[in-house]
Amino acid sequence: MSLLNSYRVIYCTFLLGLTGAIYPLPIFLNAFRPDWMVLIIFYWVLALPHRISVMHGFVLGLLLDLLLGSTLGMHALLFSLLAYFVSIGYQRIRYFTLVQTTLLVGFLILITKLSLYWLASSLQEIVLHKHYFWSIFTSMLIWPWFFFFMRYLRQRFKVS
Amino acid sequence: MKPIFLRGPSFLLRLSIVIAFSVLLFLADSQFNLFASSRLYLNSLVSPIQYVADAPQKLSIAISENLLTRQALKERNQQLEKDNLFLKADRLLLTQLQNENKQLRELLNSQRNFSYKRMITEVMSLRSDPFTHQLLIDKGASDGVYLGQPVINEQGVVGQVSQVGSTTSRVLLIVDASHGIPVRVQRNDIVAIVHGSGAWNKLNLPFVQSNADLKEGDLLVTSGLGGRFPAGYPVAKISRFNYQKGALYADVTATPVALLDRSRYLLLLWNDHQFTESELSLDLESEDVIAK
Repeated sequence: MSLLNSYRVIYCTFLLGLTGAIYPLPIFLNAFRPDWMVLIIFYWVLALPHRISVMHGFVLGLLLDLLLGSTLGMHALLFSLLAYFVSIGYQRIRYFTLVQTTLLVGFLILITKLSLYWLASSLQEIVLHKHYFWSIFTSMLIWPWFFFFMRYLRQRFKVS
Repeated sequence: MKPIFLRGPSFLLRLSIVIAFSVLLFLADSQFNLFASSRLYLNSLVSPIQYVADAPQKLSIAISENLLTRQALKERNQQLEKDNLFLKADRLLLTQLQNENKQLRELLNSQRNFSYKRMITEVMSLRSDPFTHQLLIDKGASDGVYLGQPVINEQGVVGQVSQVGSTTSRVLLIVDASHGIPVRVQRNDIVAIVHGSGAWNKLNLPFVQSNADLKEGDLLVTSGLGGRFPAGYPVAKISRFNYQKGALYADVTATPVALLDRSRYLLLLWNDHQFTESELSLDLESEDVIAK
C-alpha cells in the first residue's frame, strides 16, 4: 500500500497514544495508566526502523511535554533516546521471545521513569510516591496484547 | 529497504542533533523561561487533542445530567433555591458592611478597591505532569486569561495561571513546590508567605519567628502584598506550629482550605489594580501591614 497510507495509520496510532496518555481516569486508576507513548514508539521503531526513529521520538516527546505541561524537552530527550536504542538493536530485539520483549519493555519504561524523575528533580524538590512506578507493571501486562493488536493493524493495513 | 550499512552514522548524527536540541529546550524553558510568550501558540497547537480526550467525560456528564428524574431535579432546585435565599440574606448584610468599611477606610484615608470581574471556568480533568501540581482549565487568552491570574473556588484560593493557550490554560496550584503566596493571619494580621510542599494537602510557612503568635487552626488569608492575588481570600489553615527552643524560626505547616483535587468549577479573578514593580513599596505602606 502507498506510503501516504502507511503514515496515515502510524500517525493515527500516535494520536490515539497521545490521547490515551492524558485521558482522564479516576484517581485510583491514574497510577496504573500504561505508558502508551513508550509502547507505541517501541513498537513502530521495532517494526519500521527506517520510517520511525529519532526524529519521530523527538516530536512526539515534545507534543507530550506540551500536553502534560511539563518542562519542554524532558520527554523529547527520552523518547528520542528510546527510539535510538531500539533502532540500533532492532535486529536483535526482533528475535526475542515475547517474554524477553516484555521484560525489555519493562526495563525501558523503568529507565524512562527514573530519568524523568531525575530531570524533574534537578529543577525542584519532588515527593516521589511509590505508585509512580506501578505503571511499569500495567505496561508490561498490556504489552503482549498491544503487540498482537498492532501487528494485526500493521498487516491489515499493510503498513510498511 | 535501504541497505543497513548506510544507516549507522546518520542515526548517530540525527541523535546528537536531537539531543542537543532537547537539552537546549530544557534549559531554555526551565532556567531562562524563554517560552513564556510562545507557549500561547504551542499550547494552542495541542489543545485539539486535549479537547478530544476531555470529550467523552464531558459527554457522559451531559448525558447523566439529562437523564435525571423529575423528582431529583425538583429536589435539587429546591435545595438551590434555599441556598440562594441564604446567600442573598448574607449579601444584604455584606452590602451594608461594605459601605461601612468604605466609610471607615475613607476616614483612615486608605482606599482599597475590590475587583469584581470574574469568570467561571471548568476543569478539564486530564492527566498532567506527575511531578508538578497543575490543572487544565477550559478558558484561555481568547477569554482574556492572563499569566499569573489568580484562581479561586468557593472555598478559597486554588492557584494562579501559569501557562496560557488560546482556549486552554494551566493553573499552578498553591501546593506545588514552586508556588508561593503572601498571606496574613486573619486573627492578628501577622504576615507570612505560604509555600507549596509538593504534597497535595500540605503547605509550608518558612521564616516565621518562633515567638510569633500563631495557633493551630488559624486561618490564613491572602494579604494582597505582591499585587498578584487580591487581598482577603482564605488560603489555608495552620495545622502544626512547632518550635525548638533557641531556634530562630518556627516549623509551621498548613493545609489548604480549598479541595484542590476535586473541584470541577473554578473562578478566575481579574485583579484590576495590579501593582507594578515601582509601586510595591507604596503598597506596603498603604495596605495591610499598617492596617492593624
